[in-house]
Amino acid sequence: MDVTSPVREVLVTGNKTYHDVSHDICRHVEAKPNPRWMGAMVLSLGALFVGGYALAITLWDGIGMWGLNKTVGWAWDITNFVWWVGIGHAGTLISAVLLLFRQKWRTSINRAAEAMTIFAVICALLFPLIHTGRPWLSFYWFVPIPNTWGSLWVNFHSPLLWDFFAISTYFTVSLVFWYIGLIPDFATIRDRATNKISKAIYGALSFGWDGAAKTWQRYETVSLVLAGLATPLVLSVHTIVSMDFATSVIPGWHTTIFPPYFVAGAIFSGFAMVLTLMLVTRKVYKLEDYITINHIELMNIIIMITGSIVGVAYITELFMAWYSGVQYEQYAFLNRATGPYWWAYWAMMTCNVISPQLFWFKKIRTSLWATFILSIIVNIGMWFERFVIIVTSLHRDYLPSSWAMFSPTIYDMGIYLFSFGLFFTLFFSFAKFFPVINMAEVKAVLKSSSGEISNKK
Amino acid sequence: MESGKNFVVGIFDDESILLSAIKKIRGNDVKIHECYTPYPVHGLDDELGYKRSRISIAAFVFGLTGTSLAFLMMIYMMGIDWPMIIGGKDHIAIPSFIPVAFEVTVLLAALGMVATFFVISNLKPYGKPVTFDIRSTDDKHVMAIDLAKNSKNTKELSTLLMESGASEVNEKSFN
Repeated sequence: MDVTSPVREVLVTGNKTYHDVSHDICRHVEAKPNPRWMGAMVLSLGALFVGGYALAITLWDGIGMWGLNKTVGWAWDITNFVWWVGIGHAGTLISAVLLLFRQKWRTSINRAAEAMTIFAVICALLFPLIHTGRPWLSFYWFVPIPNTWGSLWVNFHSPLLWDFFAISTYFTVSLVFWYIGLIPDFATIRDRATNKISKAIYGALSFGWDGAAKTWQRYETVSLVLAGLATPLVLSVHTIVSMDFATSVIPGWHTTIFPPYFVAGAIFSGFAMVLTLMLVTRKVYKLEDYITINHIELMNIIIMITGSIVGVAYITELFMAWYSGVQYEQYAFLNRATGPYWWAYWAMMTCNVISPQLFWFKKIRTSLWATFILSIIVNIGMWFERFVIIVTSLHRDYLPSSWAMFSPTIYDMGIYLFSFGLFFTLFFSFAKFFPVINMAEVKAVLKSSSGEISNKK
Repeated sequence: MESGKNFVVGIFDDESILLSAIKKIRGNDVKIHECYTPYPVHGLDDELGYKRSRISIAAFVFGLTGTSLAFLMMIYMMGIDWPMIIGGKDHIAIPSFIPVAFEVTVLLAALGMVATFFVISNLKPYGKPVTFDIRSTDDKHVMAIDLAKNSKNTKELSTLLMESGASEVNEKSFN
């Protein structure tokens, strides 16, 4: 029955027993918040409030406060939207796709990655919502209810509406998937709890879970089916986001390569964000035995592969622009690389195409510092990618008389800051009050991976 | 808990001991009430003789409902209630309805299946867990045997559990 492949490195090091797993993860939930956590929380709440001012002004005075103009109608808002949605792709990929492929190493990172996904999608949803100008009316454009309660409905031919359905479904399904996984771990915390309040809170959160074999059997079926549903879902979300652009007639947007190219880019940036967060969490919570160099190396390999796919997509785009013989297309790409926004284009090229290639070197992909720095560089690059696609395609309109430049105002920047504040406030709260590693699933792979327990038999 | 009030509870340290114990105990014509484990133990449901969960059928039915509802909604809104020509497309243009239909399918399948799971497994906020041993969510595998459903007495069951590899045996009564 127990076949342990000799080439596979152990998933959890340090000869952990089952009880060690519960203890190592739960103690962070049970301990009083430490000063470093408080400091981090104050910083993120600060960003939330400072950025919240920019958001409040935008809601009060309207989106005229932004740097948008007649020619460039989408800029930072949609860039941030696509960027955050992209980041929100890693969690479900790790929990769903890697589950279907039976990659057991996912168990140490899926919980935090899914949390990150949910928070990133919340940040993403903010941008299209405020971009509508009057968010309190926006459900007339998104939700299928008759306009002004007459009977003019939303437009189901529009990719923007598909996007609303895709992202809200993605958010709901990811949340449910995440919560199902949390229930057994909440039960562990409930049963360890010594004070009344946490017993009551985690008791309520754990839904009366008792770990019966029949429930576990159903739990596993539910996880598997949810993974099967979430896999096409995660691919559909960024596909549909890319259709916001691809179904238009703007040169530089109107390309059939967009869906796969966006999906690869989303996984690329999502994994980078997971690494940025996990490297810090691992260090602060001393989880080196659970998130090993092996995990980091595997994630770096995924970054390298998806980064290469993105690179191939960039080059294909350039080739197709030239090969199409369409002047508008050719100009759009020439302008990207050599026009007034050349720096954004080359920042994107350097960060996304060149930097992940460094992961071919084993030394670099197993180095914590190199991984941390590169993971941030990748996300800077992915932000520039969206900026380049959106702004450089728009700013030189068909008529040279309407050519314009975009520069962000303090309100554009403030709202971006707000989204960071929101994201980190949510993530730090998660890291304090929720188990950051899926204890039950780690225990399930402990035996096949940890030498000590196999020897005990 | 409707079945009985008095249980003999065996505690096991390792999943492989639990699996072999189940085989032995069931071989001795003892009915096992349920096993409680801290994590999903591979093959436990087979050893206990549980049938495959039919919950995926529920997911399929909910998904199918989602697909139908989504298409009905879009066909009614775009084609019947207020037909408009948008981008030169037909009023009922099936290809542009596919993304939304897909999303609604996934949404209903996922939510419906999870709701089914909660209902049949009696999981709800503030639900009371049946705790035979509090360590079963930490590191111990717990096997509960209902005295009312077996002809053997506590002593015989305890001996059988210890012989099968249990590290300790307790009695548990519910009122």
